[in-house]
Amino acid sequence: MSTRTFRVWRGDAEGGELAEFDVAVNEGEVVLDVVHRIQAEQAPDLAVRWNCKAGKCGSCSAEVNGMPRLMCMTRMNLFADGEPVTITPLRTFPVVRDLVTDVSFNYEKAREMPQFAPPADLKPGEYRMQQVDVERSQEFRKCIECFLCQNTCHVVRDHEENKPPFSGPRLFIRAAELDMHPLDARDDRREAAQDEQGLGYCNITKCCTEVCPEHIHITDNAIIPMKERVAGDRYDPLVWLGRKIFRKGKAPSATD
Amino acid sequence: MSDNDINEVEHLACDVLVIGAGGAGLRAAVEARLAGKSVIVISKSLFGKAHTVMAEGGAAAAMGNVNANDNWQVHFRDTMRGGKFLNNYRMAELHAQEAPDRIWELETYGALFDRTPEGKISQRNFGGHEYPRLAHVGDRTGLELIRTLQQKLVSLQQDDEAAGESESKLQVIDETTITELFIEGGAVKGAFGYRRATGGFMAIAAPAIVLATGGIGRSFKVTSNSWEYTGDGHALALRAGAKLINMEFIQFHPTGMVWPPSVRGILVTESVRGDGGVLKNSAGERFMFDYIPEVFKAQYADNPEEGDRWYTDPDHNRRPPELLPRDEVARAINSEVKAGRGSEHGGVYLDIASRRDAETIRKKLPSMYHQFKELADVDITAEPMEVGPTCHYIMGGIEVDADTAASAVAGLFAAGEVSGGMHGSNRLGGNSLSDLLVFGKRAGEYAAAHASGAESPKLTEAEIAAAAEDALRPFGNEGENPYALQSALQAVNGRLVGIIRKAGELEEALTELAALESRIANVSASGGRAYNPGWHLALDLRNMYVCSVATAKAALERDESRGGHTREDAPGMDPEWRKINLVASLEDGEVRLTRQDVPAMTPELLGLFETAELSKYMTADEYGTATTDPSTTVEEA
Repeated sequence: MSTRTFRVWRGDAEGGELAEFDVAVNEGEVVLDVVHRIQAEQAPDLAVRWNCKAGKCGSCSAEVNGMPRLMCMTRMNLFADGEPVTITPLRTFPVVRDLVTDVSFNYEKAREMPQFAPPADLKPGEYRMQQVDVERSQEFRKCIECFLCQNTCHVVRDHEENKPPFSGPRLFIRAAELDMHPLDARDDRREAAQDEQGLGYCNITKCCTEVCPEHIHITDNAIIPMKERVAGDRYDPLVWLGRKIFRKGKAPSATD
Repeated sequence: MSDNDINEVEHLACDVLVIGAGGAGLRAAVEARLAGKSVIVISKSLFGKAHTVMAEGGAAAAMGNVNANDNWQVHFRDTMRGGKFLNNYRMAELHAQEAPDRIWELETYGALFDRTPEGKISQRNFGGHEYPRLAHVGDRTGLELIRTLQQKLVSLQQDDEAAGESESKLQVIDETTITELFIEGGAVKGAFGYRRATGGFMAIAAPAIVLATGGIGRSFKVTSNSWEYTGDGHALALRAGAKLINMEFIQFHPTGMVWPPSVRGILVTESVRGDGGVLKNSAGERFMFDYIPEVFKAQYADNPEEGDRWYTDPDHNRRPPELLPRDEVARAINSEVKAGRGSEHGGVYLDIASRRDAETIRKKLPSMYHQFKELADVDITAEPMEVGPTCHYIMGGIEVDADTAASAVAGLFAAGEVSGGMHGSNRLGGNSLSDLLVFGKRAGEYAAAHASGAESPKLTEAEIAAAAEDALRPFGNEGENPYALQSALQAVNGRLVGIIRKAGELEEALTELAALESRIANVSASGGRAYNPGWHLALDLRNMYVCSVATAKAALERDESRGGHTREDAPGMDPEWRKINLVASLEDGEVRLTRQDVPAMTPELLGLFETAELSKYMTADEYGTATTDPSTTVEEA
């Protein structure tokens, strides 16, 4: 057991500051263990959001020494001996209190996007899909909605004005998931990502991929393929001509 | 505190109020909304974070996709065996019959389960299940289930919007805790709670309420459960006049992590064993062969060779004993550790590294691979895991009608872990996710029907004011810190009401719990009302307390060992006890215990078992009338 200095941001929407705690740390502990010890012994009203403490629910997102992380998956041996640990709330979302932020932005964006549309002629129990086909979407369904990708994305991190038109990486992988879903009947997922979700704002710096605790290849497997296909559809001369002639708002379904 | 003065109460109303936003609650909400009712879902955490997310292995449903011999009768039989025949047979029957439809339905909501080569939903082996039966997505099935239901709710909200319906038709109110149910004339009429973010109060009038709050695991120190699991629904139901059954039966999952200390209790999925992993003691022996109980000898291999052959040829070999029901495996591990054959940190070894190649392990058990790599520096493809029992699930819960999920209080329904009876004395792995789908749907359906025939209830100022005063009490108290009290409560349960129990220790537990009662009543909260976890815990403690008392009392009363209740001083099952459920109710603030008959199985269902097997559980007069024709059963040698 050793003692470590923790600096934890405390405050609310009106403002706040780093509070310093000297706290015991045991072998094998993660940052969330230490935050819980601060709560139990020194600051019972310290606000922190957590649930499973096993990296499965995505609740305890925060910025630890400036890096967006899940506190429950950040082991204390990551830090050098005696190095202070500074924890601040996610910067992209409004503070509720201490380490808790208002992440409703993400739920509102999810609420706006068209949900899974099953084929009309298939009954429950009749669905047939090959493993290789479901795996592409399954990668995106690993998402635990920790919103670290949303928090780190520079399009919205310091640009409140970009929030209305931009849904962010979490919702881009949802769009890709449905686009690649073997039984989703809609064929306008990538168009919608471009036109409704602000996919075009993304300039593929891959910050979202770097912070994803589920190691989802957000940029390479979701965003880039969607961008390429949108571009392919929009600038394909035949498709362009077809759109002119038939005056469709949406691109015809691509069979790639 | 200035923000403590915000005593304005937010008033809401709906037809069906669902308390709890895990699998059962969300499934109930879908059903009630589809029935045309206005629905409010209360989520203690953020939407989509409920404990269902932690379920790993899968959802059991006899679809017969991997082994065509499977059917609902076999699933029913396995469930009854797992529960040591204490189950409410009708619930087990409905569950086995309806689980496949509930799983297939999830696909229509967008779920993507792993597939068989023919493109059907793949199914995996699990403890106590005769055939591969668990629909799964790697080892993150719970996440798939909750996300699918979450997205279905959003989809229903969009349908409402498109149809010009008001947003109030289906609302999810997150980070909100219900502290009280309002009752009038023996029927529910609403609930009271607070929003965590602001500490603001809320009163919701509703003629039908579904409790889907999960379990009680946070009353134990070593647990796989999240902070939310404080027995809220159990306690709300008791205080409302409903009854709890089988509270002595708590499942200790055999394989929780044991090292490092900070992760002690975190679940290691049973799929590790279903996919070939074996348990070994410090001498390297596969000790489970020494722990096959008499009642299971016909179904489990007594040598490693046969056990290993079973993975590829299940029709001609018996299952390895690592796949015995969870209570058996947990007790075996406990015995090995007690006998001094445990691992370095007081568990045993779970080895899949020497049994499957690294690629297969990473593919089948991705989240276990990451969990051990990141939290324990252990590469499970190269070395064994250290595991030991962890408090995982309570079989006991609100007594409900099997078909309607209705409790004894009019308008109050319950589904999922908070309800009791379905799993008897021990739940099989995989039967929880299917349980919450089957009975979540039923609870939603019957709550909606109840609301149709009920008038809109009115809440009174006085009852709301009393509930508010109650919730604010910790701010005025000069008692102890809630975290210290929670530790004290966990210590009592862990030491005296754990996996192995005896009368003297249970009496001691009741004495120690009684001493905690006034300390908990006097618990104090400091700070303000906005997002104050200390205050939240202070309010949860009384729920944990009353559930702990119900468990300890029932555990003391039942002097036999069965499923998730092991009495060192009363080993073995007693057929007389099999006929009895212990029922807890609250009278004048005290937990009172009564005995009640377990519903007797119909002759048709009895006929699914061979007499020789029934005789191991029942008295002769119970099964004597059943006609058993072994040719109609699908028993393995």
